[in-house]
Amino acid sequence: MEAGAAGTQGGSGTAGTEGGAGTAGTQGGSGTAGTRGPTTAGGGSAVHQDRPRTGAAPGKLNGSVRRFTGGERWVHWSTAGLMLACIATAAFLYVGPLAILAGRRRQIELIHVYAGFGLPVPILLGWLSRAFRRDAARLNRFSPRDWEWLRSRDRRSGRIAIGKFNAGQKLNAAFITGSILVMLGSGVMLCWPDVLSLPLSLRVGATFVHDWLALAILIVVLGHIWYAAREPEALQGMWTGRVPRSWAARNHGAWLAEQEAAEQQAADLDADLKEGRDSSYNRSTT
Amino acid sequence: MGRRIVLGMLGLGVLGVAFGARAANAIATLMAPVEEHDPTGLTSLIPAAGGFRYYSISGSEPLRTRRDYRLTVSGLVDRPSTYTYADLASMPRTRLVRDFQCVTGWRVPSVPWSGVRLGDLLDAVGVAPSARALTFTSFDGADTESLTLDQARRPDVIVALGMYDKPLTRAHGGPVRLYVAPMYGYKSLKWLSGIALTDQVVPGFWERNGYDVNAWVGKSNGRGDAPTS
Repeated sequence: MEAGAAGTQGGSGTAGTEGGAGTAGTQGGSGTAGTRGPTTAGGGSAVHQDRPRTGAAPGKLNGSVRRFTGGERWVHWSTAGLMLACIATAAFLYVGPLAILAGRRRQIELIHVYAGFGLPVPILLGWLSRAFRRDAARLNRFSPRDWEWLRSRDRRSGRIAIGKFNAGQKLNAAFITGSILVMLGSGVMLCWPDVLSLPLSLRVGATFVHDWLALAILIVVLGHIWYAAREPEALQGMWTGRVPRSWAARNHGAWLAEQEAAEQQAADLDADLKEGRDSSYNRSTT
Repeated sequence: MGRRIVLGMLGLGVLGVAFGARAANAIATLMAPVEEHDPTGLTSLIPAAGGFRYYSISGSEPLRTRRDYRLTVSGLVDRPSTYTYADLASMPRTRLVRDFQCVTGWRVPSVPWSGVRLGDLLDAVGVAPSARALTFTSFDGADTESLTLDQARRPDVIVALGMYDKPLTRAHGGPVRLYVAPMYGYKSLKWLSGIALTDQVVPGFWERNGYDVNAWVGKSNGRGDAPTS
């Protein structure tokens, strides 16, 4: 599992969604997994990309590949904005010196509550996007390779060819999803205790959960931003939607392979259609 | 797997709500003495660690030095008066040690307060027969409160100048605030600047925002906290 990839820099944080759960060090190293780039369209070279390959030709590791659609990016940044609004207002409601500085408790509380209720909305809207649904499915699924990646000491070397999201990103996504739900539930209990006729102990319990989870969310979000800042290609992916192939080769080898297989298949289909062959539908690519 | 994590968190959330009160009490009991003596103030960031929280409805924290502080007593009284800090400081002192309970749920145990009994002030200015209630105003320009005359004459209602046996700090409503021991904290108006005797109760800021006018701890606002006084 050598060659191919140019960069020697391990970055950390892919697509800026790596949370605090057990993600770690960055390691340099190359090692590509299955990234023999397709030769140009219509060339008809069969591409066997369902397994990591060794000795891949350096060929097509320039250029970029699309990682996130516009819709997905909108969901991410909207959610991020709402989350930051929640965290910022929470700080001014909770941290003594900040509360003294700002006062204005009622207005800040109002913003906090609106932002909180708004938090799940972009995600719910995202469900309308197929790309989003597909990525949600990826995030949900853990493969044996994910566990291997978590246990490994050279996560960034590219030795283990992982899919579109590394295990840390999957854990982060799950944690944030769970957090939004639990904060919503406890938040509703804090907003309308009379309407819900909550006994005192449950009100205190809701406060307890809301406060401690807020602290955990703060730590995870800070970690997430930290990882994003340390890996410009990942951040680029969420900002522009595209990432360098070379970066993808090292950090998400199996995903890049998948993308290139799809590209190759599309290219072959185009070629066939151009030449009037419609039997390409049955062409196998493996 | 992702789904399992989400469900797991929901489960933990439910457990947290069910047992959080017990956990919060344990933490508060453990941390309260630590927090009161913590010079960095960082322990106050630990959730449920107890201790005072700062709630203010105005923009910036109001400032009056002891020298320019004035308390005006007016309305249905025989002798409308203005008191300086020195005037109040020279009047007979009452010391109360009580738990401070906020209506949002936090409670600080055994806080020593000292000041002038509100009843003594009322005797000094003379209350007109038509007076039934009091309206309190704050020099933060926003907060207002109310008490009935009977409530005001209780021995555990004071115009407070001291807390923890030190002069009342600005953050805690100093130099002078109202302290109503048997009621939720919102009744204890900070940065007290005016007392007006009226013929009926005029609901103050927090009452206009949904909280009970007669805010007895444990018997109002839908709460069952242990009484503070």
